[in-house]
Amino acid sequence: MNIIATQALTKTYGGGVTALSDLTVAVEPGVIGLVGANGAGKSTFIKIMLGLIAPSGGSVRVFDLDPVTETDKVRARVGYMPENDCLPPDVSAAEFVTHLARMSGLPRTAARERASEALRHVGLYEERYRQIGGYSTGMKQRVKLAQALVHDPDLLLLDEPTNGLDPAGRDAMLALIHRIGTEFGISVVVCSHLLGEVERICDSLIAIQGGRLLRADRISSMTAASDVLAVEVTERTDELATRLGELGLPVTREGRMLLVPMESDLAYDQILRAVTDLELNLHRLDQRRHRVAELFTAKETVDV
Amino acid sequence: MSETGVIHDIGYQRYEGPRLGRAAAINALYVHGLRAAFGLGRSAKAKIFPWLVAGITVLVAVIIAAVKSQIPDFTFGYVDFDDNLSWLIIFFVAILAPALVSRDIRSGVLPLYFSRPLRAADYVIAKFLAMVTAVWLLLGVPQFIMFLGAAFTTKDGFSGVWDEVQDLAPGWAYSLLWALLFTSIGLLVASLTGKQAFAAGGIVAIFLMTAPVVGVLSVLPSSAANHMAGLASPMTLISGVGSWALGSQIGLDLGRYGPIYGIEAFCLIAASLLLLLARYRKVAAL
Repeated sequence: MNIIATQALTKTYGGGVTALSDLTVAVEPGVIGLVGANGAGKSTFIKIMLGLIAPSGGSVRVFDLDPVTETDKVRARVGYMPENDCLPPDVSAAEFVTHLARMSGLPRTAARERASEALRHVGLYEERYRQIGGYSTGMKQRVKLAQALVHDPDLLLLDEPTNGLDPAGRDAMLALIHRIGTEFGISVVVCSHLLGEVERICDSLIAIQGGRLLRADRISSMTAASDVLAVEVTERTDELATRLGELGLPVTREGRMLLVPMESDLAYDQILRAVTDLELNLHRLDQRRHRVAELFTAKETVDV
Repeated sequence: MSETGVIHDIGYQRYEGPRLGRAAAINALYVHGLRAAFGLGRSAKAKIFPWLVAGITVLVAVIIAAVKSQIPDFTFGYVDFDDNLSWLIIFFVAILAPALVSRDIRSGVLPLYFSRPLRAADYVIAKFLAMVTAVWLLLGVPQFIMFLGAAFTTKDGFSGVWDEVQDLAPGWAYSLLWALLFTSIGLLVASLTGKQAFAAGGIVAIFLMTAPVVGVLSVLPSSAANHMAGLASPMTLISGVGSWALGSQIGLDLGRYGPIYGIEAFCLIAASLLLLLARYRKVAAL
């Protein structure tokens, strides 16, 4: 079942600025990366899913509900973590998250319990009784994540969750998001302009550019077909290239290496046999994953 | 190795309990706002000012009640109480409205509210009611203390108490009018800025700058201008409504323009609320 489905979704702001145009995607549960440059329409897409703004054209369904007419039902099942700073400095995290749980309609006691649970899950323990103003950026991001999680949504919309974090903080946040997506059984849409970051934790990717859909697919299907083998020998690289060519393998040269598309496991054996036949010293033979980024750039040039 | 004291990670638990919806959220936001108005659930610093003001009003009420019980001719009514404390109310509103509204804008917490079932109108209503209640309590509780003083020292038995009740009810209504008008203006000004100091200054400025206008209009050689001078400032506007609707004597001659005061007060409150709503509709969509 699709958690998010859009059909020719379009959003034009007053003044003729097109934020989204003709966006059609169907998203399955899991961890989903929503990537695009700043201003590509990611935030607009999120706001439409939350029912904060109405689309100018097309349709959007979240859990098969219309965010425009069934706003409350959608929002009960969706948690939102905004990109910007959104925490008051003079209250404790425990109080703040409890308050927002009550805003989601949880009764008083349940709100308090869920708030400390959510804060525990994001890794805040005793600190949660301290005022937020004294927190580090990493801790603040965790509080923002906890408030999105507190009412037990089925879908989390995270807008740039790694913003402002140092590399270690990034890794921790990404690991946490991955854990929420896999262990908690909650689908997560992670918005980011850093492709390399989201591809590590996502099951599928949606790439948008200038409000248009660039590509939407599962990460596995994006990368599986494009695995290549990198072969490096100490000398006589040309000879090996010719030999592999004779064997029917489309070889490309890249510096001192030969790249062979891995259509099947047979390619391994063929390369090894060719190397031994030519009595070459094999320096390296490894499987090289295309970074998803390369796919997008390739696709992009085709589009233009 | 001892196993006691080890916290086991019981993993993520789904929430199966009730979700109460918008009405409960509005109620929670109202209670939260009312508590915040008196600094409850906030830092000790935030408690100083509201309780100082509340302390002063209660003290004044106790003194008045004591004086009244000793000197029967001392006619200081419930309505006079509000009029005489008007500047204190203005300062209370100037501190309270930014604390309720500007603080949310400054910290950027609004997107978190509006991604929940809460709507812009719900937010405005909850904050408005919380502040009206707070201002009304600030005036109504001292008035009640005055009432208790008078009721326990009355010499006319039950009918004396009943007379006091009939005086108290319009006094409470008058306090409500103060609360409604000052809250709507205060919240509207405070909703325009995230800086609490600016908002407080703006609110005080509105009341400060309109007072001289009343002074000028009331000495113009035109009886219509004199009668309607009070319309220019929120404070005299309320006094005018009080003298028209409740017949209180406030030294402001309205002539036959009393109803205009009533209409302006109503329109001012309605317009402020509508502008607030428009403002938050815009904020909610961002």
